[in-house]
Amino acid sequence: MILAIDTSAGTSVALVGDGIVAEAATADTRSHAEHIGVFIDRVLTDAGVTSSDVTAVVAGIGPGPFTGLRVGIAAGVAFAIGRGIPIYGIPSHDAAAVGREACSIVSDVRRRELAWTTYRNGVAIAGPRLTTEATLSTDVDLDTFPEVRVEQVSAALLATASQNRLARGDDLSSLRPLYLRAPDAIPNNGPKRVSG
Amino acid sequence: MNGPLVLGIESSCDETGVGIVRGTTLLANVIASSMDEHAVFGGVVPEIAARAHLEAMRGTIDAAVAEAKIRLDDLDAIAVAAGPGLAGALMVGVGAAKALAVSLGKPLYGVNHLVGHVGADVLREDGGEIELPTVALLVSGGHTSLLLVRDLVTDVVLLGETIDDAAGEAFDKVARLLRLPYPGGPHIDRVAADGDPTAIRFPRGLTLPKDLIDHRYDFSFSGLKTAVARYVETTENPSIPDVAASFRESVADVLTKKAVAACVEHGVNRLLLGGGVAANARIRALAAERCAENGIELRVPPLALCTDNGAMIAALGAHLVARGVAPSDLNFPVDSTLPVETVRV
Ligand SMILES: [Zn+2]
Repeated sequence: MILAIDTSAGTSVALVGDGIVAEAATADTRSHAEHIGVFIDRVLTDAGVTSSDVTAVVAGIGPGPFTGLRVGIAAGVAFAIGRGIPIYGIPSHDAAAVGREACSIVSDVRRRELAWTTYRNGVAIAGPRLTTEATLSTDVDLDTFPEVRVEQVSAALLATASQNRLARGDDLSSLRPLYLRAPDAIPNNGPKRVSG
Repeated sequence: MNGPLVLGIESSCDETGVGIVRGTTLLANVIASSMDEHAVFGGVVPEIAARAHLEAMRGTIDAAVAEAKIRLDDLDAIAVAAGPGLAGALMVGVGAAKALAVSLGKPLYGVNHLVGHVGADVLREDGGEIELPTVALLVSGGHTSLLLVRDLVTDVVLLGETIDDAAGEAFDKVARLLRLPYPGGPHIDRVAADGDPTAIRFPRGLTLPKDLIDHRYDFSFSGLKTAVARYVETTENPSIPDVAASFRESVADVLTKKAVAACVEHGVNRLLLGGGVAANARIRALAAERCAENGIELRVPPLALCTDNGAMIAALGAHLVARGVAPSDLNFPVDSTLPVETVRV
C-alpha cells in the first residue's frame, strides 16, 4: 500500500492499494504544517490499516510555493524512516498528466509566475520551467500540448503516476524540490555607510 | 538507565538538529549546519536555511538513531521545536516530526525552542536533575532573551529580550564592518584578544536610568552597532583589535550585568547560559566573575548543547513525558513568535 503526499498546492494525502483506499485533502495553501500529520493519520484510520501496512511513500516534489512544498517532502521522508520503507520523489505535475495523451500542465507558483511541463502519454517532454501569463503561449506549444491549468494536485493520481514511472524503470530516488528559482538573497558587498 | 526515550528535532534557524535522550541521559546529538552557505550573505538567509533543513533531515535522523543504538519503535515520544524561530525553517522539522510520530504511532510534543535551551542543562555529564529556580540568559544569532524559570512546565517567565537585533546578529554586523568573516562571534573573539576593551567607550544599550523604567531586562544592540560603524568611518586607521575588544566588552557588560541583576532582584542564585553566543570567551568570563561576586552559581552547558540542537528539544520532551504532560494535538502550527510561557503547544 502506497502513502502519497503532495503539498505543492494545497495539502493532499492518499493511501493507494488496489485503487484509492483513502484520501484527505484541502485547497488551503497556507496551512500545510497544520494539516499534514492529521491527514496522514486520517487516511490510515479511514482505511482501517496501521502504518506498518504502508510499503512505500511517494512525495510530490513540486514545482510549487517552497515553504509548503517542503512540509510534504519532509513528512514523506520521516514517515519512510519510521517504517524503514522506500520513498520516491515525483514531479507534482505528473499527477495531472495521468491518462492524458498530450498536455501542458500549468500551475501558479506565486509572484506572477507560472510553472509548466509538457507531457505526451504521461512522459514529460519539456519543463518544468517558469513563465508568465503573458509569455505562456509563446514559451509553450499549446496547440500540440493543450493547456491544463491545475490548482490542486491529487496525491492519489501522484501514486498512480509513480507506479507507471517505476514500471518504466525511471529513477525516482531524488527528493530535491523542483524550486526553479534561486533563493532571494543578495551577497554582502561590505558595510553600508552610516555617517554622512 | 531509565526515563522516557525521546527523539527531538530542531530546525528553528540554521541548524538541523536531531537528538535522542533517555530521561536525562544523552544518547545522540547530531547537528547539520548551513552556516557556511550563509557566509557570503553575512547573515542567515531564511530560504537557504529552510532548503538546507530538508536536505539534511534524512541524514540527521538516520545518524542520530545509529549513534544512540536504539530502535525507533522503542521511542516513547517525539519532540519538535514549534517556535520561536524562522517559520519556513520550523515547518520542515514540524512536518517531519508529525509524520514520524504517526508512522511510529508515538505521541508528539511540539515544544518551545527557548525553553529547550534551558532543558539542555539536564544533559550535562555532571548534572543530575535540573536545579530550579534559575535565570537563563539565552543569546544567539536568532534570540537574546532573559528568562526566569521556576518550573520547566508551569512557570517560565520572560523577563526581557532584545528590542532590535539579537546579540549574535550584532556580532555578525560588526564583523562585517571590520571586514572579518561570518559568523562574526568567533572572529571578533579572536581579534579582540589583542585589543584593549577600555580603548573606546561604546554605548551600553538600555542601561540609562530612564531606559530601566520600561526596559529593565531588555536589550538593544542596534545603537551600539551604529556607534561602531561611525567610529570606524570617522577614525583614521582605527585599531581593529581595540574596536573588537571594546565592542565585545559593551555586549558582555550589558548581557551579564542585566542577567546578574535579574538573579539578585528575584532572589535566584543560579544563572544558566545558553545559545551560541554563550561560547564567547569574554561573555563567559565576565559572567563567571559577576556571578562569583554575587554568590550565584553559573551553569554553562557544553558548546554542542548550547548552540541549537535536537538533544535539548528531546530533553525538554522527556521532561514533559516524565511529568505526565499530555502530548500536542497533531494539528498545531509553527509559531515564529511563540511566547516562552507556552512550553508545549
Ligand atoms: Zn536557540
